[in-house]
Amino acid sequence: MRFGLDEDREALRSTARDLLAELCPPAAVRASWTQEPDPAAWRALADAGALAVLVPESEGGLGLDETYLVGVVEEAGRAALPHPLTATALVAAPLGIVDTTATTDLGASGAIVPAATYAEAFLLRSDDGLRLYEADELEIEPVETVDASRRCARVSPLAPGELVTDDAAAVVAAFERGVLGTAAELLGLSHRMLELTVDYAAQRHQFGKPIGSFQAVKHHLANARIQIEFAGPAVLYAAYAMAHGLADSGRAVSQSKWLAGNAAAVTGRAALQCHGAIGYTTEHDLHLYLKRSWALARSWGGADFHADRVAASIGL
Amino acid sequence: MDLNWSETQAAMRRELRHWLERNLAEWRAEIGVELSGDTREGFAQQLLWERRLYEAGWSAVAWPEAYGGRDGTLWDWLIFEEEYWRSGAPQRVTQNGIQILAPSIFEHGTEDQKDLLLPRIAAAEDLWCQGWSEPNAGSDLAGVSSRARRVSGGWVLDGQKTWTTRGAFCTHLFGLFRSDPESERHRGLTYLLVPLDLDGIVVRGFGRLDGDEGFAEVFFAEAFLPDDAVGTSVVLGEVDRGWSVAVSAASTERGLLRSPGRYQATVAGLLDLWAERGGAAAMRRRIAAAWMLVDAYRLQTLQTVTTLLDGGDIGSEASLAKVWWSELDIELHEIALDLLGADAELEGPWSKGHQFSLAGPIYAGTNEVQRNIVAERVLGLPR
Repeated sequence: MRFGLDEDREALRSTARDLLAELCPPAAVRASWTQEPDPAAWRALADAGALAVLVPESEGGLGLDETYLVGVVEEAGRAALPHPLTATALVAAPLGIVDTTATTDLGASGAIVPAATYAEAFLLRSDDGLRLYEADELEIEPVETVDASRRCARVSPLAPGELVTDDAAAVVAAFERGVLGTAAELLGLSHRMLELTVDYAAQRHQFGKPIGSFQAVKHHLANARIQIEFAGPAVLYAAYAMAHGLADSGRAVSQSKWLAGNAAAVTGRAALQCHGAIGYTTEHDLHLYLKRSWALARSWGGADFHADRVAASIGL
Repeated sequence: MDLNWSETQAAMRRELRHWLERNLAEWRAEIGVELSGDTREGFAQQLLWERRLYEAGWSAVAWPEAYGGRDGTLWDWLIFEEEYWRSGAPQRVTQNGIQILAPSIFEHGTEDQKDLLLPRIAAAEDLWCQGWSEPNAGSDLAGVSSRARRVSGGWVLDGQKTWTTRGAFCTHLFGLFRSDPESERHRGLTYLLVPLDLDGIVVRGFGRLDGDEGFAEVFFAEAFLPDDAVGTSVVLGEVDRGWSVAVSAASTERGLLRSPGRYQATVAGLLDLWAERGGAAAMRRRIAAAWMLVDAYRLQTLQTVTTLLDGGDIGSEASLAKVWWSELDIELHEIALDLLGADAELEGPWSKGHQFSLAGPIYAGTNEVQRNIVAERVLGLPR
């Protein structure tokens, strides 16, 4: 029995973290609100093998499992990376869709696809399973979203595309991988929002003191830290359960999304409140992370959806 | 990352499960109606149970065999707790000695103190209550004003302790006393081990929220405590340096007293209650949510134990867990009362458990203090 990341897994995560700190700073996230995201971070992740963690070594990947990838995806969340890491590395790659920037609508109800203005491969639900389309096989109609860096569009097929799988279990597994990745991103976003707020609360003075010395502010941030503390192991366990094909992996994935979504909600509210008016602007960086967390909390199934899945799995 | 139990661990779990089943049945046949351990009669019943546990080597699984334990690891302790609470066995009336005093003896005690005191704790021969709180020192433990005056051959104790859990039924008290009269706050305190049958000590039990005599106040009036009143030195750690001994105990209490096993058992009870009574979709989700919070606590505990066994320290992070389990326990019991509806007012395990759960955010450092600790020591916010 041993619960935690070992050195190899930590090394992969910290590689991603360092790389994203350099190549996906807040300015890069901000820039992608008005233009296609700078590909530098995405290329560096690809070069580090992060997009092909789940791809077998014989096919040029790292040949590792979800417990390696989940930390990388969490770091992408921490950086609010605009690119579709979850869709590409966690959903598409295990289906043999590699060496591309992939997006998917498996988590959406109305075919709103993120990264749609620049993705190369689109994995969409069809009556017979999952189909893969290239951009020129689709009508792509950009939509305005609260987090504009997501570059979302409504897409509808103009051609039959390519059938990837018609196996119902594989469709569920693909969905659950997307849920896991989204949970990991939410966890990373929560960490980032809390860090920004702790720094701000130590530096911002009112009534002659740092606002972080006030107990009301402390308790908001302690509540956020507590939610994050207990979401983290659930995300890691979901990755482990999926990697080992455990019977409870579907439940574990839903649990991780529910907990991480809750952590992001509590942290986001605390972060905004403790920043005060400066946080309630688009000039401050907080909104970049806050808006991403709102989008992800309700993508790939919201809290009620996942609570219902857990309820069914425990005999309720 | 490896979440499999070893064959030895699995075997221990099977052995324990059988043992609990058989022994609980025998013990219940022996005592008749099972009473609350926070009443005098119930406490006596549960001592019989504690001695069964001890004789079979289950009373303190993670202790060395030489002190009455089983030489187990923290993993064994977790397995023990899971099976213990799953079986429906009673709360541990020895828990203050085993979970709060003993870790301090392991860390700060002399060899004599370990050899003499630990086996008697494991065997439920000495029954320890804690003497932290005073009328004017609750969350602010450094406000202790009970005094210990050094005299030839011992100490003279004066003052008052209160909110002492099961104090009226225990034989001994451990606690902090101000030994340096000139000192303030956390300096000048000595950690003393005190038999409660000394002349000059009066113990008065009183009702907790649920009406059981689970609390006591302890009055010290010129009580003479001989240096060897517990068969060995009555000072744990150094004179005037009791604070650090108490703090190490407090972090043990916050961090490890509450294994996830008891919440796993409570949520299993909720699933049974749902099966009997049913409810609306919103209630179903609320139970699922509570289940997830319990399971998240289990997973976080596996992570914490891994950290500890790797030589890491949980320190202030124990405060995160204390807030989590104490608030979770209330939610679990409120769900049960809501499922019971109007029947919730009947005296029974759920209504009793509910009242007990409400103590969680208060004892072992209120949750307000815990949140301050999280903010200052985990997050590094300014004091």
